[in-house]
Amino acid sequence: MRKNFNVIAAYSIMIGLIILVGIFQSWNIALSIFNLCLISAVMTMGANIQWGYAGLINFGIMGYTALGGLAAVLISVNPVQEAWSAGGFNILFSLFLVIGMVLAVRFVLMKYKKSKLRNYIIATIIILGIIIIRFISEPGIEAIEEVNPAKTGFLGGLGLPIIFSWIVGALFAGGLAFVIGKVALGLRADYLAIATLLISEIVIAIIKHEDWLTRGVKNVIGLKRPAPYEVNLQQTDWFINLVEKFNSGKLNLISDLIERQAALNQFVIEGSSVFVKLCYSGLFLVVVIILLILTQKALYSPWGRMMRAIRDNEEAANAMGKNVVKQHLLIFVLGSAIVGIAGAMLVTQDGLFTPGSYRPMRYTFLIWVMVIVGGSGNNFGAILGGFVVWFLWIEAAPIGLYLVNLTTAGLEDSHFLKIHLIESVPYFRFLMMGVGLLLIMRYRPKGILPEKIEIK
Amino acid sequence: MNYIFIPALTYGSQLALGAIFVTLIYGILRFANFATGDMMSFGTMITILITWYFQSIGVSLGILPTALLAIPFAIIFMIFYMLFIDKFVFKYYRVNKSPPVQLAMVSIGVMFVTQAVVRIIIGPSDRRFFDGEKFIIKAREFKEMTGLNEGLAIKSTQVLTIFATIVLVSILFWFLNKTKTGKSMKAYSDNEDLALLSGIDPKKIVMITWIIAGILATVGGALYGLDKSFKPFTYFNNMLPIFAAAIVGGIGNPFGAFLGGYVIAFSEILLTYAYKKFFIYVLPTSMEPDSLVQLLSTDYKFAVSFSILVIVLLYRPSGIFKGKVL
Repeated sequence: MRKNFNVIAAYSIMIGLIILVGIFQSWNIALSIFNLCLISAVMTMGANIQWGYAGLINFGIMGYTALGGLAAVLISVNPVQEAWSAGGFNILFSLFLVIGMVLAVRFVLMKYKKSKLRNYIIATIIILGIIIIRFISEPGIEAIEEVNPAKTGFLGGLGLPIIFSWIVGALFAGGLAFVIGKVALGLRADYLAIATLLISEIVIAIIKHEDWLTRGVKNVIGLKRPAPYEVNLQQTDWFINLVEKFNSGKLNLISDLIERQAALNQFVIEGSSVFVKLCYSGLFLVVVIILLILTQKALYSPWGRMMRAIRDNEEAANAMGKNVVKQHLLIFVLGSAIVGIAGAMLVTQDGLFTPGSYRPMRYTFLIWVMVIVGGSGNNFGAILGGFVVWFLWIEAAPIGLYLVNLTTAGLEDSHFLKIHLIESVPYFRFLMMGVGLLLIMRYRPKGILPEKIEIK
Repeated sequence: MNYIFIPALTYGSQLALGAIFVTLIYGILRFANFATGDMMSFGTMITILITWYFQSIGVSLGILPTALLAIPFAIIFMIFYMLFIDKFVFKYYRVNKSPPVQLAMVSIGVMFVTQAVVRIIIGPSDRRFFDGEKFIIKAREFKEMTGLNEGLAIKSTQVLTIFATIVLVSILFWFLNKTKTGKSMKAYSDNEDLALLSGIDPKKIVMITWIIAGILATVGGALYGLDKSFKPFTYFNNMLPIFAAAIVGGIGNPFGAFLGGYVIAFSEILLTYAYKKFFIYVLPTSMEPDSLVQLLSTDYKFAVSFSILVIVLLYRPSGIFKGKVL
């Protein structure tokens, strides 16, 4: 008990803060903060596996998140039949060509020895392949994008329940990580950081501009939900009864029947959105707990010890007969897959997919701040980091506004400085994050809850 | 020519300045500075503020943009800012000999703070601070002058950018290669311990690096802002091609970074340029293409430079012009 005092205290404070928001602002806000905290926690767990366990820098978190989101779209949207009949054949055919091209390159790589000639052959295959694929896919893409562009204009998905996309998102992200890992993991730490950052930008560029697949910047809205819709809830009897029971104290105070009915309606509307958010919280909490158990188990297993050994001294681990390259690749894929789950969860929660909103600031660097602030190498720390940083990120604006009002209290309301500062309140979150990160790096480099390794 | 060569040269110069900035910091202070884009935007912001002040009191340079007058003052501010950051943030980690990764993380913190400061002071929206004559040669004048039926327009900012880059870079290379301080900087970057043994003062080296970095960041940022427009978010995004340029050229090697900037700029523009007009001239009318004949759509502009980077990283991790072998 004493040993875990820090952890328990930190989490209680965090939950207390969220409850405070619920009381002072509204339960709706508190729950949406809580949900995003949970999603951030999943992301930080992914990043923590890579950075905390194995010491790999991955600045491509944004790319995996977006791929997870893409999975959500591809799984849940109903297929667009017209688009398939218009250009589906061309797309499938080009897909086969891509696979054929990759196989051809692999064949050449295996069959012939390293030579200049081989490089030229590979280059020719790739260039020819790209030109042919462009010629074949172009009419298909154009046909697809012309099918009802205001609403669809893309191939659509499989029409399955969106929950499946969480797994598929992990597969997508893991697959991408496998390719990137094969290519880039040999690089030194800061090169790897830059390379992954840039690759994630390429992923975003593709998602943004391949309209036939993702609708690009036109966004996909109205995705399916795993939770009931508010509108339907407001008309079901058991829910109205439930709300009535919950608020019976307040309702009994109102004697007038019509007023009572109006108040009840109000409660039902509020309650329905809270209820939907609670459904999401439940789902997310399940994911977080499952992942937490798995990662904790992994951390204290022989495999976890090996990862730490590799992190702390690569050469020594290598000399002991551990396959460093293979383990790095494995952990890179695992961590990225977890981030992919988070990406799919995020799109599920929002119900829309907006490729334009993926920015490195929000999806890569913020997650890194969470991991570092929370405590890298410690899963509880990483999750706590996700909670604390996301909470501050959202509540920075109100806090900033309060501070501005406090410091400029002496000035008149129309003073230009005060107006300017109040307009720029949203940017105080960047300031807070930066200063927070610098302070933590300086005075508590291991994070709020530092890594504690004990052999059980 | 009109739409390929000159814009690419301008864009390349802007990238080159940034890339030299990255490479210097990497070579001497030994970390990847993720705050590059935001430091540039900070310098530009100061330039803009001073330009506005000059404009309000009526100082101008006639046909040249007022910003040119403001840049020297901005540089002074910027140097103070850089030294301030170094003293309160980076110095601690340098003295403790922290691993480069930790310094890179710290630079992310600096990035957040700088970005916040810029946005709080000047706001996130687009700012134009260009004044003076816009074109040196206008398209129509060129047609009349030469009798050709395609116009050639050269913006004065483009000439200014190229000119300023050439001057700045030549001074910089002269400084690095010919003066004693420059040589000691190189020695320090090659082998820190040996340099210390031969009596080179590390504090001085670090200070001079930050001063040069401040100059480069301000000039590069201000030129970019003059040519296009100032928006904090684009500056943050520019960090990525700048990194690409620095690595392609061989990180730690200023000359490589300088050329890397042009490599990135030209390949970005050449690969996304619509070759329709070009083919109309070359081919007979019967074979005129009906589409735009683009190799890649312009949306992939950033992706092009990153792909080049990835290819370079795979085949020549030390860059085209051998930099520090990592």
